[in-house]
Amino acid sequence: MVHPIQAGLASLPASLSEASLVMGKSKWTTLFYVLLPNCKASILTGIVLAFAHTVGEFGVVLMIGGNIPGSTRVASIAIYDEVEAMNYGSANFYALILFVITFIILLFVYLINGGYLKRYWK
Amino acid sequence: MIEIQIQKKLKSASGEMTLNLDCEIKKGSLVTLYGPSGSGKTTTLRILAGLIKPDEGAIVFDGITWYNKNTFLSPQKRKIGFVFQDYALFPNMTIMENLKFAFDKNGNPNELANLVDMMELGKLVDRKPSEISGGQQQRVALARALAGKPELLVLDEPLSALDFKIRVKLQDYIIKIDKELKITTVLVSHDLGEIMKLSDQVLMLEEGKLVRQGKPEELFFNQNMSGKFKFTGEIIELKKQGFIYIATVLIQENTVKVVLTESDIKEIKLGDKVVVVSKAFNPMIYKVK
Repeated sequence: MVHPIQAGLASLPASLSEASLVMGKSKWTTLFYVLLPNCKASILTGIVLAFAHTVGEFGVVLMIGGNIPGSTRVASIAIYDEVEAMNYGSANFYALILFVITFIILLFVYLINGGYLKRYWK
Repeated sequence: MIEIQIQKKLKSASGEMTLNLDCEIKKGSLVTLYGPSGSGKTTTLRILAGLIKPDEGAIVFDGITWYNKNTFLSPQKRKIGFVFQDYALFPNMTIMENLKFAFDKNGNPNELANLVDMMELGKLVDRKPSEISGGQQQRVALARALAGKPELLVLDEPLSALDFKIRVKLQDYIIKIDKELKITTVLVSHDLGEIMKLSDQVLMLEEGKLVRQGKPEELFFNQNMSGKFKFTGEIIELKKQGFIYIATVLIQENTVKVVLTESDIKEIKLGDKVVVVSKAFNPMIYKVK
């Protein structure tokens, strides 16, 4: 989450924030009205990547998280359990669901950031 | 009146140099900073705007201290309109929103409308900066700088990226602003014609030092040079033909050929800025100092 936004802010020309400061705007106003709105794409990427990471999280959840079905079990651990139990069929099925979800999410990010949707709706 | 007396160590392409300025700018005048790249022009503008802090010295604007040993007035508190080289229009806002952002919320909306009229932006107000041309963006940047009702207008090579026609138009806008609103204006320019047309005073910088200052005519032309026409241009070609040389001079968007002799050529080389003077006979050229 931090990295894409940091990169997004760094890629904005310095003159944008300087212009705002010279106009007498405070640093917070500059951040919220000028800088953040102009790196929407990076913010979206940050949010989605953070979400995608969370969906696929495995190690930490396995170690300290619970594994209660219907409550704290996550998809990646469900796959792990099924493989352990030699239920390759359902493991494959879970994996497929995970793949479809992440694929759709990433597809949306690229469509939005590439401006395809905007052009389509116009 | 702005009294500037500053020192600042800078790292330039040619190594370390010290920007050392001591000058006065009259209220309401239009001052041009002129000099080769890396001579500290943009840094001077940024110091004026409060975006860079000088190492030593003082800046006093109309009796208010902007900078000295103990004070540093932040850019927000100096009433400055800054036009950046890349215009720095906010891409997320429409032209109108850009102007409103700079405009005082409690201000009279008529003033904003007047500004839009003066800069002829009426048709563009609902567009985003990416949807208008460079010349139009420049006009918006100028209007936005004025919307904050600055006491000092600072322009960093505002017209260098534009073609000749739009340039002339914008020069007229700048003159209009200077005359109508009586704002002290400091700009950076490389174009001698532009400087002659616009400025009351020229500050010539070299390696961070103020080498010369004065009225543009005094600075660029010899006093004893007389002539019916004077044009400034740049030598783009020098050719030898028998005993004489032919120099091609680019003046704005036209080229002129001037015949030179061996003695003329000593002072002049390719790329020099020259003034072409025409008396009764042949045009002559002089190197601009």
